[in-house]
Amino acid sequence: MTTTTAERPVGRSTPGAAPRGTPRRRPGRLRRAGLPYLLLLPALVLELLVHLVPMVIGIVMSFKELTQFYIRDWGTAPWSGFDNYRMSVDFDAPVGEALLHSFLVTVAFTLLSVGLCWLVGTAAAICMQDTFRGRGPLRALFLVPYALPVYAAVITWVFMFQRDNGLVNHVLHDQLHLTDQPSFWLIGDNSFWALLTVSVWKGWPFAFLIVMAGLQNIPRELYEAAALDGAGMWQQIRRITLPSLRPVNQVLVLVLFLWTFNDFNTPYVLFGRAAPQAADLISVHIYQASFVTWNFGTGSAMSVLLLLFLLVVTGVYLAVTSRGRRSADA
Amino acid sequence: MRSPAPTPPRTSPMAPPVSFLWTRRILLTLLAGFVLVPVYVMVSSSLKPLADVSGKFRWLPSGLTVRPYLDIWSTVPLARYFANSLIVAGAATACSVVVAVFAAYAVSRHRFRGKRVFTVTVLSTQMFPGILFLLPLFLLYVNIGNATGIALFGSRGGLILTYLTFSLPFSIWMLIGYFDSVPRDLDEAALVDGCGPLGALFRVVVPAAIPGIVAVAVYAFMTAWGEVLFASVMTDDTTRTLAVGLQGYSTLNDVYWNQIMAASLVVSVPVVAGFLLLQRYLVAGLTAGAVK
Repeated sequence: MTTTTAERPVGRSTPGAAPRGTPRRRPGRLRRAGLPYLLLLPALVLELLVHLVPMVIGIVMSFKELTQFYIRDWGTAPWSGFDNYRMSVDFDAPVGEALLHSFLVTVAFTLLSVGLCWLVGTAAAICMQDTFRGRGPLRALFLVPYALPVYAAVITWVFMFQRDNGLVNHVLHDQLHLTDQPSFWLIGDNSFWALLTVSVWKGWPFAFLIVMAGLQNIPRELYEAAALDGAGMWQQIRRITLPSLRPVNQVLVLVLFLWTFNDFNTPYVLFGRAAPQAADLISVHIYQASFVTWNFGTGSAMSVLLLLFLLVVTGVYLAVTSRGRRSADA
Repeated sequence: MRSPAPTPPRTSPMAPPVSFLWTRRILLTLLAGFVLVPVYVMVSSSLKPLADVSGKFRWLPSGLTVRPYLDIWSTVPLARYFANSLIVAGAATACSVVVAVFAAYAVSRHRFRGKRVFTVTVLSTQMFPGILFLLPLFLLYVNIGNATGIALFGSRGGLILTYLTFSLPFSIWMLIGYFDSVPRDLDEAALVDGCGPLGALFRVVVPAAIPGIVAVAVYAFMTAWGEVLFASVMTDDTTRTLAVGLQGYSTLNDVYWNQIMAASLVVSVPVVAGFLLLQRYLVAGLTAGAVK
């Protein structure tokens, strides 16, 4: 390959070439070695500024007694050792007890939501693998919940869940007579199911989208060979489609899990600042603990605990699923 | 055995059994209903007079009116929120795409130390709970403001900066896959023809990866347009975006549900239309990059 320095004038004088400011000249080899880093620099700086530095600050903050008195100059807040952590995990005291409750609610909610999203998304994607009339429009329709901005979608559900003028009670109570009186959906125990419904409605199209993309990578010959061997449709789905989707599912389930577990937008728009006990997801809980009581130290400690939990779960999940895959391949 | 259908079925040369066809029909109908009901509520309620949405729910409006669509602009300063969201999401998308293209090109086409560390670090930021860096970022922006006078907190700039990093990891990841699928011979030929590495990127790789770049842009725009958590903390009256502003309709004494639905519809149309037009690219981009 020729050096770029020697060639550049030719390239520049090419008629029709877009005029562009050439970068400062440096010896070719140095430039080539430095170039990848130069290209990465913007991404790196941004990630550092918005994700990594704040994360380190957050960890530091969790060891401080950071209340509203120190907000203007948080560096001067006194150190408090592990006090914030002790407070967060003292499950006999109100703060720890509430956090544990919120954690358990979040676990239950996440398991149900991810399971349903995956199931519905996969089923729909498999159903739409073959071409049939109306497939294109139907696919577009299915993607609408994913495309809608969260707040617009969730606010519509808020309306539907209204006790007196909402659709849900109108159908369940007025039309089907399933309940004795109109129920509350956004407060009390029902709020958990309301949240789950909205979350699945909003979340399954993503699973559908990913599985659909994954299905396109399965070679047709596999199905043809199976059909020649006399395998029926159901057998093909079980023996070819689902196993082929395993690598896709590994990532998909993890991503769904992390997003659902950390979800803030859905409960926040659905319930407002004060989430009902039964649907007190961890993100909103920590938000409450920090911004409403202005106790940033404890809020940070809770966030760090949450991150540690997610790291452990992700690590174990990847280890288990990857090993399963390797032994299946062997 | 040959299928008489003009387009052969994608999966098998045999016609699917009746049991499968019926399962499919029932499942897809149910799903379409599940998806459609809220959409129908949104559209129909936005055209109802206030009495219809204040009393018992009715499937069919007693009369159609476009009043809600006229009133939404004066009940809350929706136009301002709209402009803010457009500026923030537009700028975040543009910056995010450019930064992601550079980074993905570096990873896809160059060998360098720390490549794996870089990709793993960037991707792992996806799993951080937003709440973890919301508090520090809030303090960081406030303190940078106090120290340097650059107003990040409460400004659109701060929000743009934040949002662009939200879409960055996924964008880089998807573009790496996409760039990998562009044959290397093409940019090597460009290099031989005298383009610099950046010339090869912009004249060869980028044009060949347009679908992937479009998909990434759609994703970045949707992310910024729909984000609530950071918008609720990091904006003030003048910089408020739709995500926060839309909740203004419900904090008033009367809840104008017809206006809320009209406003929801108005703010959704740009993203939903854009997404549906470009979803082909997203699926193609995912197929080439993410799910490989």
